[in-house]
Amino acid sequence: MSTLLAPPFIYLFAALLCAVLAPRWRALVLLGTPILSLGMILTYAMGNHAVVEVLGFELTFMRVDKLSLIFSIIFSIAAFLSGLYAWHVRDPVQQIATLAYAGSAIGGVFAGDLITLFLWWEGTALASVFLIWARRTPAAYSTGMRYLIIQVLSGVLLLAGLLVHYQDTGSIEFGHLGLVSVGTWLIFLSFGIKCAFPLMHNWLQDAYPAATITGTVVLSAFTTKMAVYALARGYAGTEILIYIGAVMTLFPIFFAEIENDLRRVLAYSLNNQLGFMVVGVGIGTELALNGTAAHAFCHILYKSLLFMSVGAVMYRTGTSKASELGGLYKTMPVTMVCCLVGAASISAFPLFSGFVSKSLILDASASNGYYLVWLALLIASAGVLSHSGIKIPYFTFFAHDSGKRPAEAPIHMRIAMIITAILCVVIGVFPGLLYALLPYEIDYQPYTVDHVLVQMQLLIFALLAFLFLMKTGLHPHEVRATNIDSDVVYRKAIPSVLPLLVASVVAANSKSRRIALSLLGGAGSMLERIAKPGSALARGWSVASMMFVVVLLMCAVLVVNLL
Amino acid sequence: MYEQLPALMILVPFTAAPVCVVFRHALASWVIALAASLFSLFAAWQVLEHVRTVGIIRYKVGGWAAPSGIEYYIDTLNASVLLLVSGISCIVLVYAYRSVIKQVPLAKHYLFYTAWLMCMSGLLGIVITGDAFNVFVFLEVSSLATYMLISMGSDRRALTASFRYLIMGSVGASFILIGIGFLYAATGTLNMIDISERIPNSESQRAVLVAFSFICIGVMIKAAIFPLHAWLANAYTYAPVAVTAFLAGTATKVSLYVLLRFFFSIFGYEYSFGQLLLNGVLLPAAVAGFILMSLVAVYQTDLRRMLAYSSVAQLGYIVAGISLASQAGLTAGIVHILNHALVKSALFMAVGCIIYQVGHAHRPSFDDLFKRMPFTCIAFIIAGLGLIGVPLTVGFISKFALIEASMDRGWWLIAALILVSSLMAVVYIGRVVEVMLFRQSRTSTPEVSGMSEAPLSMLAPMYLLIVIGLYFGINGDATLSLAGEAAEQLLGGF
Repeated sequence: MSTLLAPPFIYLFAALLCAVLAPRWRALVLLGTPILSLGMILTYAMGNHAVVEVLGFELTFMRVDKLSLIFSIIFSIAAFLSGLYAWHVRDPVQQIATLAYAGSAIGGVFAGDLITLFLWWEGTALASVFLIWARRTPAAYSTGMRYLIIQVLSGVLLLAGLLVHYQDTGSIEFGHLGLVSVGTWLIFLSFGIKCAFPLMHNWLQDAYPAATITGTVVLSAFTTKMAVYALARGYAGTEILIYIGAVMTLFPIFFAEIENDLRRVLAYSLNNQLGFMVVGVGIGTELALNGTAAHAFCHILYKSLLFMSVGAVMYRTGTSKASELGGLYKTMPVTMVCCLVGAASISAFPLFSGFVSKSLILDASASNGYYLVWLALLIASAGVLSHSGIKIPYFTFFAHDSGKRPAEAPIHMRIAMIITAILCVVIGVFPGLLYALLPYEIDYQPYTVDHVLVQMQLLIFALLAFLFLMKTGLHPHEVRATNIDSDVVYRKAIPSVLPLLVASVVAANSKSRRIALSLLGGAGSMLERIAKPGSALARGWSVASMMFVVVLLMCAVLVVNLL
Repeated sequence: MYEQLPALMILVPFTAAPVCVVFRHALASWVIALAASLFSLFAAWQVLEHVRTVGIIRYKVGGWAAPSGIEYYIDTLNASVLLLVSGISCIVLVYAYRSVIKQVPLAKHYLFYTAWLMCMSGLLGIVITGDAFNVFVFLEVSSLATYMLISMGSDRRALTASFRYLIMGSVGASFILIGIGFLYAATGTLNMIDISERIPNSESQRAVLVAFSFICIGVMIKAAIFPLHAWLANAYTYAPVAVTAFLAGTATKVSLYVLLRFFFSIFGYEYSFGQLLLNGVLLPAAVAGFILMSLVAVYQTDLRRMLAYSSVAQLGYIVAGISLASQAGLTAGIVHILNHALVKSALFMAVGCIIYQVGHAHRPSFDDLFKRMPFTCIAFIIAGLGLIGVPLTVGFISKFALIEASMDRGWWLIAALILVSSLMAVVYIGRVVEVMLFRQSRTSTPEVSGMSEAPLSMLAPMYLLIVIGLYFGINGDATLSLAGEAAEQLLGGF
């Protein structure tokens, strides 16, 4: 019975409860469940709990150690904050999906074996797609379907991998796996899809901006971070991850710079932040894994904060396009301040949360001799400043006045954003609070002279350049401006090649996408020709043709058997 | 009385059928049919208990010993199929009462329940008997009743569908009869156990081979195994929906039981799969079946037709499990026979509820379905998840067992293809769920709003099936151990 009272199941029961409650009560359940489950999580002693024997397998639903603990705590906090942010939502589909989704993510973090992990892995996929479908537009439907297929594919790979792994080793325990066999490679690919590795990342930018306003806030917190957790658990110290992570931090920058939809910009920057965590997992030392966990913790907070503030703007104005916004600081000051806190955190300004967690990963890469990777991460940090730190708040709240005078965000959204912003600052000022939660013992001081100096050089130079261009009027209008500020950041590194590079990357991307789409379309229409109603396979056959098949098969059987 | 249960299980519904004709009254025949079904269910339950605790039952009909008389042979496999058939019959009968009122003219109701009883007793007879010729007799009994049931569909196309099924079914049955004839010629007996003992020593091995081939094709027709499935889609689509729900859970499953009995118990699996290369015929058919038919199901707009093609695909899984010819594969196949029957009957019942209220099952023309029929939609979604094979549903248990079994044999490609096919199930079920949950009313007439759920007498049996399904999805050990026991007995021969 105690198994059914484990925190992940609490969420599922709450989801069931929501199916029958009145709207106001549902919103309360959405708020209360994370608090209740967090309280229960903290009462568990370290070790394995809720072990159930099913079909001869020993399933561990609650493996409590410091790694699973920190992820489950931040997941609970994120569930609470997004519940508060979504107080106005009356749509039961979204509320039920949010609870089931958060519960599945927490279940995945506590899973002590691969089968349990698979159950929750599929749970997140099935629950989260409803947050996209809930927008109830044809576009959202097809996006959701694409998203669902990719997520289920990840689950299928995990299932295949775990079966192969089980055949090989006879164990389903989810401990360190490493890339040693076909099975572990399959599992690795499955994690990679959810973690949005390069070339497997498109679902993220496709789906997140397509969800409802509150749905995006929820989506940004769980799926990818669960994958980071799974990688940290199974593949810590796998060197290939360092390079995958480095590429992940770099390539979204190009796309984020030229993107006009701010929610999509945030989706790209989410990808870039995941890169830092993946590098940390790849290095795999205690310091690096601490960095990954800490960065996941901070990242969930400030990325939610950014999605919340852009969402609040979208809630009031109906758009999240940079070219249609601007000048909103006059009427939405609270949202603006919160957005700035989020921007400062993601850009890793000292005294904000991103700084204290990113420093861990940067230090780990430098101290283990990965200087190129360190450089890549530094470049990526500058990119983050440009597209998330400056672009998001600047074009939303300042820039040229769009003439829009929306009201301030609703009170519950403001409260949710303020709490999140306060958390970001508190972690930045008192990093010891976060470090106490980390999986390994740590004695680390982020505020040393050289840390702060390096970071401030980077940030202040970029900011000054930006301001200089604005003052002299060299900074062009919004639509094209996105290219200029990446220019500012990269001016020193690759002065003249960059525009060409961006253009060729974009061209290659769109070309390969076109080719892939036409191939897919060709395959799709071929399949449809084979199988659509009225085709040879799908229509009623005449008796004569049925008999023909019978005779043919009879001949085949006789020939096979008699010869 | 107690020892006579095997015979009474068949006799009670068989004699209740003509009683219905005597009464010529709709409600009375329904009560009689339900009572007879319940009795068979009780008997099947007792028999299964007995087989599992005491051992195999060998019942001599009329007290005549085996070579001259007919013997009923009951082990774990057919005891569980007996329970399945009578159980589904009971549940769907409760459901049928209201559903049939809308779909079949009142004057024909007594004939409907008569045919139902004949069909069920025929199916039970096929499963219970240990006599090869008796299999054919009961096969004809159930088939004739089935043609009649299908032809009662309200759509006129039900007549051609039934006629085509009649032709194909008769061809299948005569192939089986020819096969049994050859077996008789080669071994001089019709008792299954005797046949299996005499086959290795028979002088005319060619006759045995020909018998094997005829029976193989005949059973494949009756079980609707791809590419001999073509009769099934129309029959399932145009029959009264209660009949479809009943047949989907029982008729094809019983044919698969016959296939298992002949290939494993009578011919023996070394003979079927070793000398005869049976997996050279069955496995490609099964794999092509589940891939192509899932694909076809994706593009269907009528829910009944979509589920019919999905049935052919799911039968492909079962046959794939069987043609692995290993303990694990056979267990997976048998467990999927039971599990798929639960899921598919529930799905057809949900579609029946939709037809009852909306009047059609054409997916693109649904409006606000979830608001109007929330319970039916929830039932469809849960059963649909079972069809896909989501964890905690029965579908997951059997798919997991099947994939594990094919990996055991090192057939990676098969395992991968099963996963591909289940992705297609996500698509075709997902399309329906999307329409149910998110399609707004386009006509937006005010009187459409307001709930118009199917009557309780249809919802209750449907939910009973779904609860049973969820129970066996969570407690997979119960069905897996049953299927494992049955597989062990099959591989051991008689």
